[in-house]
Amino acid sequence: MRYLAGVTSLAYDREKCSGCGRCTEVCPHGVFAMREKRAAVVDRDRCMECGACAKNCDFGAITVTAGVGCASAIIRSMIVGGEPTCGCGDGTAASSGGCC
Amino acid sequence: MNAAKGLKPVSLAFVTRKPPVWSTGSVETPAGSVRTAATALTKADRWGAVRSRISGFRMNYTVDPGLYAVGSPTQSSPVFVSANYKLSFDALRSSLAGIDGWIVVLDTKGINVWCAAGKGTFGTEELVRRVKTIGLDRVVTHRNLIVPQLGAPGVCATAVAKETGFRVLYGPVQAKDLKAYLDAGNKATSEMRRIPFPLVDRLVLTPMEINPAMKKFPVFAAIVLIAMGLQPRGVLFREAWQNGWPLLLQGLGSVLAGALITPALLPWVPGRSFAVKGWIAGLLTAAAIAYGAALPGGGLAGLMLALTLLFFPLLSSYIALQFTGSTTFTNMSGTMKELRMFLPIYLTGAAASVILVAVMKMKEWGLL
Repeated sequence: MRYLAGVTSLAYDREKCSGCGRCTEVCPHGVFAMREKRAAVVDRDRCMECGACAKNCDFGAITVTAGVGCASAIIRSMIVGGEPTCGCGDGTAASSGGCC
Repeated sequence: MNAAKGLKPVSLAFVTRKPPVWSTGSVETPAGSVRTAATALTKADRWGAVRSRISGFRMNYTVDPGLYAVGSPTQSSPVFVSANYKLSFDALRSSLAGIDGWIVVLDTKGINVWCAAGKGTFGTEELVRRVKTIGLDRVVTHRNLIVPQLGAPGVCATAVAKETGFRVLYGPVQAKDLKAYLDAGNKATSEMRRIPFPLVDRLVLTPMEINPAMKKFPVFAAIVLIAMGLQPRGVLFREAWQNGWPLLLQGLGSVLAGALITPALLPWVPGRSFAVKGWIAGLLTAAAIAYGAALPGGGLAGLMLALTLLFFPLLSSYIALQFTGSTTFTNMSGTMKELRMFLPIYLTGAAASVILVAVMKMKEWGLL
């Protein structure tokens, strides 16, 4: 299954890559693969913007705007402002039932 | 109470609290007594899992954060990290049958590993703090932590190593692959590193899509019945029911199309956009119901059909769009794009539906 093409905020700078391979390990969708001793983005549209790669890249080669994909959370943030959050597990009772 | 003043309740809590039913006893370590966890799930565990899938019960289905033992672990046994959502903990311990190991349960406020990692509660800071407070360096002699791969959005492996001396090894996505991962010398195949989204996984999520939608159904039903029953003489029951029940049926159909049919048939419903998928499923469902359930006759049938095919597929579309928050492969940028595109369509469709109902009523009253 694939989601919308060409929307991800994932950005990768090959110049900064040290070839450690961590990103290929943490990505649950096989977006990265090792090519000629460095990481390469091989399936960009599978990126779900979880942020695991960026968080674990020690060389700042990867940036991505990570966030929740809950439509209701995004609508809420459009109305009241702030970052979209599904409201579960952060002490707020914003979510009565459905959250991630 | 006064006598207890000044005492740290942290250590007391562990000793005095009744052991959880899934605990089989305790083992002694240089860092203190550690509770053991059974690797076999009981009926109560399974019932808890069912309740978590269908209701708000899951909002408080937790395990106390801290260190646990499975089997008869030694100082060289592997350490697994988990969240304090009971379902996460159960998935881990039930996958460790026959393995001696340690489990570090982080305080993720009762949220599963992946969602908590997204929020940062399953994260570097909590992992570092937890490893230090339980004195893990005195429990084991090695310096490896097996962290679930889906915890990676919250954990910076290098920062954890710097702060604790423990190296983060990312384990497989699913706990059931842990045995194979350990047998291979802490190596996951590329298949173990991928997150699938099979039918069963999609289906278990649908009750929590249907429930919130159905909570709003009584309000919808009231509006429909009042609107349909509204006559110059007042709200009449016969008209309310006669013209209302096909719409109530359509409402149920929309919820099913958006919250059950779309998720279940996700790979086969055309389109990548969830709003489009939901609209298609909704249109087919609405047409099927309109065909099967006789629409009120007379001069209103055409308007009623127009209203049905305009409003209900859009409702299904909106409900299906909510499922983006539950899948394993959608992203925030895409969901935002869908919302920017479809929110105006939803609002326009709703306004047009209100106008259609108004026209219908005026025709009914002979005003048009």
